[in-house]
Amino acid sequence: MRRFWFFALLLLPVLVLANIEAYRFDDPAKEARYRGLIAELRCLVCQNQNLADSNAELAQDMRRQTYEMVQNGSSNEEIVTFMVQRYGDFVLYSPPFRPSTALLWIGPFIIFVVGVVILLIFIRRRNKEPEVELSSAEHARAQSLLDNKK
Amino acid sequence: MIPEIGQLALILALALALVQAIFPIAGAHKGNTSWIALTKPSALGSLLFMTIAYGCLTYGFLVHDFSIKYVATNSNTSLPTLYLITGVWGAHEGSLLFWAYTLSIWTGVVTLFSRSVPQAMVARVVGVMGIVTVGFLLFMLLTSNPFVRLLNPPAEGRDLNPLLQDPGLAIHPPMLYMGYVGFSVAFAFAIAAMLSGRLDAAWARWSRPWTNVAWMFLTLGIVIGSWWAYYELGWGGWWFWDPVENASFMPWIIGTALIHSLAVTEKRGAFKAWTVLLAIFAFSLCLLGTFLVRSGVLTSVHAFATDPSRGVFILLFLSVIIGGSLLLYSWRASQIRSSVHFKLISRETGLLLNNVILVVTACSILLGTLYPLVLDALGVGKISVGPPYFNSVFIPLTAPLAALVGVGALAHWKREDGLVLARKLAIPLVLSVGGGFAISIWLLPFFDWGAVLGLVLAIWVTLTMSLWFREQGGVAGAMGALKNITRAGWGMFFGHLGIAIFIVGVALTSIYSTEKDLRIEKGQSYSLGGYDFLFNGAERTAGPNYLADRGEVVVSKDGEHVVTLHPEKRDYRSGMPMTEAGIDAGLTRDLFVALGEPLGDQGAWSLRIYHKPFVRWIWLGGLFMSFGALLAALDKRYFRLARKARLEAEAQAAEGAA
Repeated sequence: MRRFWFFALLLLPVLVLANIEAYRFDDPAKEARYRGLIAELRCLVCQNQNLADSNAELAQDMRRQTYEMVQNGSSNEEIVTFMVQRYGDFVLYSPPFRPSTALLWIGPFIIFVVGVVILLIFIRRRNKEPEVELSSAEHARAQSLLDNKK
Repeated sequence: MIPEIGQLALILALALALVQAIFPIAGAHKGNTSWIALTKPSALGSLLFMTIAYGCLTYGFLVHDFSIKYVATNSNTSLPTLYLITGVWGAHEGSLLFWAYTLSIWTGVVTLFSRSVPQAMVARVVGVMGIVTVGFLLFMLLTSNPFVRLLNPPAEGRDLNPLLQDPGLAIHPPMLYMGYVGFSVAFAFAIAAMLSGRLDAAWARWSRPWTNVAWMFLTLGIVIGSWWAYYELGWGGWWFWDPVENASFMPWIIGTALIHSLAVTEKRGAFKAWTVLLAIFAFSLCLLGTFLVRSGVLTSVHAFATDPSRGVFILLFLSVIIGGSLLLYSWRASQIRSSVHFKLISRETGLLLNNVILVVTACSILLGTLYPLVLDALGVGKISVGPPYFNSVFIPLTAPLAALVGVGALAHWKREDGLVLARKLAIPLVLSVGGGFAISIWLLPFFDWGAVLGLVLAIWVTLTMSLWFREQGGVAGAMGALKNITRAGWGMFFGHLGIAIFIVGVALTSIYSTEKDLRIEKGQSYSLGGYDFLFNGAERTAGPNYLADRGEVVVSKDGEHVVTLHPEKRDYRSGMPMTEAGIDAGLTRDLFVALGEPLGDQGAWSLRIYHKPFVRWIWLGGLFMSFGALLAALDKRYFRLARKARLEAEAQAAEGAA
């Protein structure tokens, strides 16, 4: 059986045209790491697919590369560094923090703070303003607008 | 001949839309009743011609008129009839036609069902919708005409994108477009209210049911899209934060903020300016979404450069609509004064927090979606922004929002005693934290903090909403609640329960799904998630326009037969291989089998198996939410108002006759 698997793996590049590869791992932890990696690496020639979902030839090669590196004991960082060196930042679905991506990562935080500050100012200011009670005439007008014109 | 009739109908629809865009608004402004009277005929006339145009293109598909370029590019003679009909909206030109047609339908419905709204207001609303219609029809006629003919028609057409040949796709775009376009009604009401200078609670009440219905359709559209991606794309994913998905999700989030803010405006007369702004943004994002998806800018920023006419028109159109409404807003907003007071602890503050979080979330998603496009356009470099980024932004923002759901519902308008509220919430808090931990420790396969968070939030939402339910009954208890709660109240109840269900689905599926890719021979079996999957080989079969390998997988649990699945691998004539997964759906788990490739000549195949616990709850939650919106839109008070208006109109008519 084991030999058969080995044989199938050797034939993989020729036989497999698409996406389900029966890679075997000597450790379930490695398999989990492999799954995590191919989910977060991008297929470079696809519109917007990770390695796991793509059946492009390049994606197969990259999965194979990832598999071999995982199997040979490379750490996740080593594999990611290798991929970035080879293909650039584009390969990462989680963009690295750099000057050009700083706004991307800090942006949501800034927006949140601004939102909360505006909210607080709004509540403060509103409660300082005197409450205008509608006069009875205005009440009647509002009521007639609501009732009549409907 | 038929395509020319379609073309002519489009031009006539444009002419009527121009009438619809100009005279009702001008008439309402000048108080000219005969101009206002043009509202209904022009809108319904435009709808008639749009129906003719749409019918002509559908007819072209049905009779395989390959002299129409659009038909020749997107269909062929072996395409099943269903996909000939749905193929009409399968690509750029047709989907624009479909969008414009949906807008005509919404406009027609607004003219027919607005008896309770003053005529001048309806005129302005329909006029604003007319402006949008004009924009779309011009875009179509100038840059994306679906009726363009080919001088030398081919004998056979090409193929509809195989991804789109699926029943799920027959309903996904119509639902989504009904939602997108539905927000044009909320938008038109907001603009009309600003034009008239009467931004009051009455305006909010008129626009609320429309907004709820639009939101319901958008929710359904997104749910169906997610479900379709799950089974059709073949990889068991239900959301990838793809720009196309984000394009529909952003208006959904702002729309959610809008339906909450409209509630405050109607009930308390507060946040008027803010509500108007949300209505403008919700629709702007719908427009942006439509164009982002359909212009090709997402595939490549440079797609814009290859066909600048479309890009220029889109930018122009967006700036007219968005810029125009923001100008109007900046002019009118300063005149809006609402000085409704409320304390820091009150339902108003709760809903404001809801709005702030939702808007921040939508802004962050917009940032992540556009960031790579901007970097690329600036030539700074190519980056990818994907699920890891969006999840790390989305979850911390929305977890507090989920925690607030029930609290906001329990808090009273205007002021709430913090101590009383805290006392009420103490027991649900203990129960949900205890329950979340207990389930994670004893019932789930392994302990995970994400699962604890999800379960605590879901139980918390359920318990606080149950508490709300109990309070509605007063002394009469649950039976009283059943009697007292209005349809709008039920709508909120179901909508919020939908959140709890959704959270359970997302948390359990993302954490406890298991999958395996393996090589399997005929007669071999594999165990996953407590199920045994026995592979019975695969054979060649033929569909109407594809050839397929059809596998058979018998699933059993503890020796008992559960289900027999037939995953397929299809080759469509366009040469694109497609997987049709074999899925056994269940309330607590899905079993999902996808067929890979034949391996060697021993009849072995590669196979992917998933066990996905509670994945259905994701979509079930969405269905609950849209059902809630439907209930809210059907609240009795709207019918009461409509009946009253009808009776009064009849009384007036009788008076006139006398």
